Amino acid sequence: MQTPDSFVFPNELHTTWTVMIVLYPYITGMVAGAFIVSSFYHVFGMEKLKPIAKFALVSSLAFLCFATVPLLNHLGRPDRAFNIMITPNFNSAMSGFGFVYLFYMTIVVLEIWFSYRAELIDKYLKSKGIVKKIYWTLILGNTTVNEYTKAYDTKIVTILAAFGIPVACVLHGYVGFLFGSIKANLWWSTPLMFIIFIFSAIVSGLAVLIFLYQFVHWLRRKPVNQDSYELMAKWLWGFMIIAVVLELMEVLSISYENTERWEVLRQLINGKLKISYVYLQIFVFSVGPFLILSATTLIKSIPIKIKNTMIWGASMMLLIQVLLMRWNVVIGGQLVSKSMRGFTEYFPGYFDKEGLLVSAGIILVPFLLLKLFDIVFPFFERPGEIK
Amino acid sequence: MDKIERRQFLKLGLYTTAGVMMGSLFAFSRTDKEIDYKSPEDLSKFDWGFLVDTTRCIGCGACVRACKVENNVPDSYFRTWVERYEIDKNGRVRVDSPNGALESFKDDNFNEAEIVKAFFVPKLCNHCYDSACTQVCPVGATYESPDGVVLIDKERCVGCGYCVQACPYGCRYIDHEKGVADKCTLCYHRIQKGEAPACVNACPRAARIFGNLKDPESKIRKILNLRRYGTLKPDLGTNPKCYYIGLDMEVK
Ligand code: SF4
Ligand code: SF4
Repeated sequence: MQTPDSFVFPNELHTTWTVMIVLYPYITGMVAGAFIVSSFYHVFGMEKLKPIAKFALVSSLAFLCFATVPLLNHLGRPDRAFNIMITPNFNSAMSGFGFVYLFYMTIVVLEIWFSYRAELIDKYLKSKGIVKKIYWTLILGNTTVNEYTKAYDTKIVTILAAFGIPVACVLHGYVGFLFGSIKANLWWSTPLMFIIFIFSAIVSGLAVLIFLYQFVHWLRRKPVNQDSYELMAKWLWGFMIIAVVLELMEVLSISYENTERWEVLRQLINGKLKISYVYLQIFVFSVGPFLILSATTLIKSIPIKIKNTMIWGASMMLLIQVLLMRWNVVIGGQLVSKSMRGFTEYFPGYFDKEGLLVSAGIILVPFLLLKLFDIVFPFFERPGEIK
Repeated sequence: MDKIERRQFLKLGLYTTAGVMMGSLFAFSRTDKEIDYKSPEDLSKFDWGFLVDTTRCIGCGACVRACKVENNVPDSYFRTWVERYEIDKNGRVRVDSPNGALESFKDDNFNEAEIVKAFFVPKLCNHCYDSACTQVCPVGATYESPDGVVLIDKERCVGCGYCVQACPYGCRYIDHEKGVADKCTLCYHRIQKGEAPACVNACPRAARIFGNLKDPESKIRKILNLRRYGTLKPDLGTNPKCYYIGLDMEVK
């Protein structure tokens, strides 16, 4: 806004990157995070995570399928989206996007295929008619399954998972780098940005898995696997501490340097971002879950039911925290005028093409897709279920 | 005038106008010359640069209006705009640019009696030598022409907006109607014909000077050799090619 004490360049009255660009790193964050969790089991052999590993992998795919939707909705010319791979300008930090994305997608799809191959063959043998045809296509017509192929599948899965960890980090760290490398933007431009993004991705990945894991088991009225649930909660606790501390240290060092940059960012933090950053992201949704998870991790005497509910609540809060963090980065950075003399305003609108309703849809669809995936790739064992 | 007559009159008016328009379209579109495309070698004899003498600007906004008409700039977006700086005796600074100074400035100075210094600063794309926008464009739609103008290939631009974020000067915007990025082209269509950019033509005070930096005899080179000048945000390493005479430290 232009007022006597606040000036923004005339073109800055329009916010270029909307809430769609907030959703993209949010969704890829969950993708990368969920994948890394599944790899903990496959690569590092953390047996306790076994019950969740497949689920983590399939969730990763569900989110990945929708990660580009907000981007396409935002592009001025979505019909030219493939230009990014046809005529890439490799000087641009963004140009590798398509390749990294495809590469990662391939790894996830292959890993899922190899982990489910035996089950799919089993389903193929038991099904009839058109469903049988579908399964036949899915298994690529190969029905051989024995001890030898199973061992081979596991080996491939392990290799893919190991390979996938750096790729997942690249996928998400890369998004952080897109922001961190913009020297024109005071709030984004920091080499720490991609590290912060990777850690927040792991936090959101763990949080969404805990959240869904508990939720699905409540729906099915089954107890969760307490060991893996608590282990994930501990990891979540650890990673959220690192993520939050990194972010705060970053602000602290800018403030301590006390350059002109801080003069502007101080006003941003105390002004436009006061509620969404200071109050909500830091105080409510970071300190809150930190206290809850500290309690569930350190106090042994909490009854399991209460403990699980607490963990579940904390995971939900951290999901909101990461969303707020994405908002505060993407939108916050654009609120600062490059004239360093003021701040602009942004509200996405409720029913706009890039508004809140569409955003809510984009966040919810992957969860529905996940439900669909469960039919083809069942992620939790369901003993005693009547078929 | 009864109804019939009025209708006939209107009809007549309509036809005459249409006739005149068609005629003039024909007259103006006739060209005996073949369009002559310059080769990259020819183009590289030029390095188009821009100079703004802030001490001459009176903030009339004629340049902004000329640019809007010449380049069909969408409402509330600007390829060029003018900023007004007012500094009072306590050192407080007030900057404004109402609607980019399209309608010039209002007489709404802040505590007029207290103002010790005031000046106008026209802004436009700096056609930076090391432009951040060219660097970040993922599809190579933003590029530098052989004669040193940073341009956008609108047939290739995907409208991602990364360049808008990367330009430190707020010179770019997304034209939502076409879904692509847009900014000042130094009126590339005019300079190819040997004409000056529209804003340069429109400025009644000759505060905007345009010319070939590679030509030692050009006006811009001569002034740059003579006067002291600065560029905007030199610390960002973009190497702007729009030079400012009389640049104040308050201007960013
Ligand atoms: S002023 Fe901005 S848009 Fe113009 S060349 Fe420089 S970086 Fe690009
Ligand atoms: S908006 Fe167009 S010109 Fe700008 S970076 Fe994206 S593709 Fe390139």
